[in-house]
Amino acid sequence: MGYILNEEQNSLVEMVKEFMIHEVKPHVAKFDITGEFPRDLYEKAFEMGLHCLEIPEEFGGGGVDYLTAAAIYEEMAKIDAGFSTGLCAISLALKPVLIAGTAQQKKLFSDIIVPGAFGAFCLTEPNAGSDAGSVRTTAVRDGDEYIINGGKCFITNGGVSDVYVVFASTDKSKGLKGLTAFIVERSRNGITVGKEENKMGIRLSNTTEVVFEDVRIPATNLLGKEGDGFKIAMKTLDLSRPFIGAIAVGVAQRAIDESVKYSKQRIQFGKSIAEFQAIQFKLADMDIETEAARQTVVHAIQLILAKKPYSREAAIAKCFAGDVAVKVALDAIQILGGYGYSRDYPVEKLLRDAKIFQIFEGTNQIQRVIVAGHLLK
Amino acid sequence: MNILVCVKQVPDTTEIKIDPITNTLIRAGVPSILNPFDAYALELAIRIKETNGGSVTVLTMGPDQAKSALKECLSAGADKAILVSDRAFGGSDTLATSYILSTTIKAIENKTERFDLILCGKQAIDGDTGQVGPEIAEHLGYAQVTYAADITVDGENLRVKRENEDHYEIIETQIPAVITVIKTAYELRYATIKSKMAANKVQIPTMTSIDLVIDLERTGLKGSPTKVKKTFIPQLKKSGIKIKEETVRESVLKLISLLSDATLI
Repeated sequence: MGYILNEEQNSLVEMVKEFMIHEVKPHVAKFDITGEFPRDLYEKAFEMGLHCLEIPEEFGGGGVDYLTAAAIYEEMAKIDAGFSTGLCAISLALKPVLIAGTAQQKKLFSDIIVPGAFGAFCLTEPNAGSDAGSVRTTAVRDGDEYIINGGKCFITNGGVSDVYVVFASTDKSKGLKGLTAFIVERSRNGITVGKEENKMGIRLSNTTEVVFEDVRIPATNLLGKEGDGFKIAMKTLDLSRPFIGAIAVGVAQRAIDESVKYSKQRIQFGKSIAEFQAIQFKLADMDIETEAARQTVVHAIQLILAKKPYSREAAIAKCFAGDVAVKVALDAIQILGGYGYSRDYPVEKLLRDAKIFQIFEGTNQIQRVIVAGHLLK
Repeated sequence: MNILVCVKQVPDTTEIKIDPITNTLIRAGVPSILNPFDAYALELAIRIKETNGGSVTVLTMGPDQAKSALKECLSAGADKAILVSDRAFGGSDTLATSYILSTTIKAIENKTERFDLILCGKQAIDGDTGQVGPEIAEHLGYAQVTYAADITVDGENLRVKRENEDHYEIIETQIPAVITVIKTAYELRYATIKSKMAANKVQIPTMTSIDLVIDLERTGLKGSPTKVKKTFIPQLKKSGIKIKEETVRESVLKLISLLSDATLI
């Protein structure tokens, strides 16, 4: 396997694999079609601790190392990318707290999540996608509180979270440098969950608008200092990108596995299509690209673990893995032919799931801007 | 309730392939698993502990590699694990194995306290003899109930739902007892990330013949009155009844009468 893990790390990945195959796989198609939120499946994942892999042990989390965590997200994604994304997004909300939070804030956040709850990272707005600096949500200081007003969209876990990490402007005149990050508990007054997105893929994850109307939070919920928000957001996304890459790799790997299985069984012209070089070369290219994508993910994680700069490599991993997932899913549909086009077979879903990995967590165009930026500085 | 579950690490016999030339099992490369019936026994033990308090210890006789099966048991919820292993024990048949396990149980009880309940899976999927559990009961002089589908505890009494071919019995017995467990309605629970990581860190103690009061003549090949001489696949004979009466209707009526005689319908 592409992740070089020791026996103990492997035993965790194997455990998750068994869980996904027996408990989640039989239900995926049904939830993909209806779009209903698979709460029971997520509850089972919570029981196993799959929602707090990255929360440090001292705060009650798994404290799993990043490489094993990536292998786990990939393993989950082989069964369903949406399910893996829903759980990974909790860690996305966690990251600003780990990056800039005090011990009390880490405890506050962990105490909500660890017993079994979702968290959501709230940056994107209708007018602030790639242009994250155009965030219009405001946070106004009032005594020892802040009052938050604004609307976020395309928020993963928006409708199911018990805690949000919200990026709001504390000083419009400073643009990017006026953004600030806050922990906002769902229990605060004034939070409404808006429209749920009817998505093309990753339908086992929940994506909604979240609206904040005069939401009061204690000033102690501010992460870092006023004006640190943009830096925290960018560091968070850098740190999260390899894991998103791992999920995309999982989608691609599933596409390969389905294609291999089908090619061996499908007989045309008197033999299995796996015996034709056209199919063999296609499968080989799919495998080469997927393994290469996996290794860009592994490399980015190794840089993180070695405490070296990793922003460029994280962007490469996310960008390449997302592009590979789409291409390999398309190839899988082609190999399955007419059956690949049918919803009765699992590969068309893989393309619908793969596409988002070129869009969220920083579009692949933004990733290219980052990579070019490193080259041209 | 102080519970002991005897477990065995076995090759995954669903993955076993037969060498087409020698007609024997190819053991190489076959993954090792916790014997499925032992997993059911462990789940029952953990449930009894959750309802009645106490602790669950798992014991296995095997090579060092068997520790991974013990770790799986720990991660699912067993409190303690012990491996008993010695070169002298290699090649033991069921009688020698049950003797070794019984002396180990007595040695453990000498240091800690008596086990109230000893559970075993009904049979190991490699040997399929189903003998070791009942033999342990005999060595220890305990009551035994086999083929248990469920167990309830009432003070010192155990009520065991015992499976027969076409009915269940409820058998009452008192602790201490040995009970062998079939495939129950309770699958072994999943481990969690935390329990697996904790189990991975545990140093599992190994007991050897030095730690036991044991007659080595009764262990290993020396102590095994039964020996496996040969393992082979029998020739497949065609079986089944052909029903072909004068008319389709008559054939159907004949089939119905055969099925009803066999109490299948």
